[in-house]
Amino acid sequence: MSLLKVEGLEKSYTADKQILKNIHFEINAGELVSVIGPSGAGKSTLLRCINRMVEFNEGKIMFNNHDVGNLNKKELRNLRANIGMVFQHYNLVPRLTVIENVLHGRFGYKTTLQGLLGRYTEAEKERAFYLLEKLGIHEHAYKRCDQLSGGQQQRVGICRALIQEPKLILCDEPIASLDPNSSKVIMDLLKSISTEMGITCLVNLHQVDVAQHYSDRIIGLNKGEIVFTGTSHELYEEQINKIYGSKTEDLITA
Amino acid sequence: MNEKKMRKNRWQTVIFLLIIIVLTYLSAAITSFNFVDGLATIPKAIGWMFSNLMVTQETLDKLPTILEKLAETTFMSIAATTIAAVVSLFLGVFGSKVTKVNNFLSVFARFIASVSRNIPVVAWALVLLISFGQNSVTGFLALFVGTVGFLTRAFIESIDEASQSSVEALTATGSTYFQIVGKAVIPQCLPQMISWVLFMVETNIRNATLVGILTGTGIGYTFDMYYKMLNYNVVALVTLCIVITVIVVDLMSNYVRKVIL
Repeated sequence: MSLLKVEGLEKSYTADKQILKNIHFEINAGELVSVIGPSGAGKSTLLRCINRMVEFNEGKIMFNNHDVGNLNKKELRNLRANIGMVFQHYNLVPRLTVIENVLHGRFGYKTTLQGLLGRYTEAEKERAFYLLEKLGIHEHAYKRCDQLSGGQQQRVGICRALIQEPKLILCDEPIASLDPNSSKVIMDLLKSISTEMGITCLVNLHQVDVAQHYSDRIIGLNKGEIVFTGTSHELYEEQINKIYGSKTEDLITA
Repeated sequence: MNEKKMRKNRWQTVIFLLIIIVLTYLSAAITSFNFVDGLATIPKAIGWMFSNLMVTQETLDKLPTILEKLAETTFMSIAATTIAAVVSLFLGVFGSKVTKVNNFLSVFARFIASVSRNIPVVAWALVLLISFGQNSVTGFLALFVGTVGFLTRAFIESIDEASQSSVEALTATGSTYFQIVGKAVIPQCLPQMISWVLFMVETNIRNATLVGILTGTGIGYTFDMYYKMLNYNVVALVTLCIVITVIVVDLMSNYVRKVIL
């Protein structure tokens, strides 16, 4: 059974340029799916349509048997609480400590007042420390986030997504600002999240080889249209050319 | 950028400088201001200041009254600034592109900021003088209004600059508006906001003197009174007190800034 189903999705910010054209795909629970494509292809917009950070114009998105496009304010909050998000620039609050940033992930389940007063249950705090330990950054729990390296900050970002206990994690270019070592750590983590914890991951990527190595399935996007879907074994040179609109030897694929 | 364009750019700089020189010369000619004469009077002015603006023994008798007025003025400035800061915090949050509730409130907040900021404090003091009369409430309001304008503008910019990314992240977790503002925006911007408030406290203590002259209250009135009585020795003492107060406040706020940033 599919966790996420996108049908005929269309999006344009301005009347003359359409960002997403007639997008169809399905994702099953526990899969790790990559979206690849050149800059400006609409990868980020596609991701943000799923949790309605961006309002889409046409089409239908079904997440966990809920119609995403047709939710009231409270239901939308609930939807977002069930979908974690990881960003290229981590999007933490730099002046706050690691543990505070992780616990921000629980806001979706709290009343405004509980959140403002920082009333977290013991179970939530234990869970936060458990996750930090699992991701190997528990010794930094009380440090301010701006003192951490990029890779560590991204792990805090993933912790924040995980503590939401989401069914789906959307990752918007999670390794685009990281060095190769940290990138590997983060991608390994995402892989284990999908296989061990059974959380579905939808990852925007720039690196074709990374996408091929880690994902169960790949979606290739070019100029707002899906030009390829399939497993990484089915992604041949011809398809890569179609996605990026250029020859493979002109691309850095390592 | 090619060579031709670079050469053109250099010429533009030269022409721009020439225009400024010509403008300066023209405006001096029109207002019949002679730069050399102006320079020549400086020693004389300094001489006058040294002979007249001296703190003498008998002026020290006035010190308690002066200090009382000075304290009144200082505390009024601090009160005006802090209350203005609270109002500006709300206007800033509503006005910022990142945290706005709706477009109407955003434009409204920016409009208030712009109106109160672009009318000088002196003008506010004179306008308010007509409606509220000659008392310290007028001075307080004049400082308050000017400060709200400035601080709202500063807060909007701090919020816009510092919190876009974390607001996005918290929205994506399903946080409510007030959770986002209270737990991401404010903690991130607070040091910068405090820094602006301290800056405004300093500025307002200085401005309060001028406002006091106009509204007839506080240390400004004391200054004005002795000035008009030609009692320059007391004027000197008042000025000295103001300078010391401003320096002390400056040092204190610099220390606070160093600790929080």
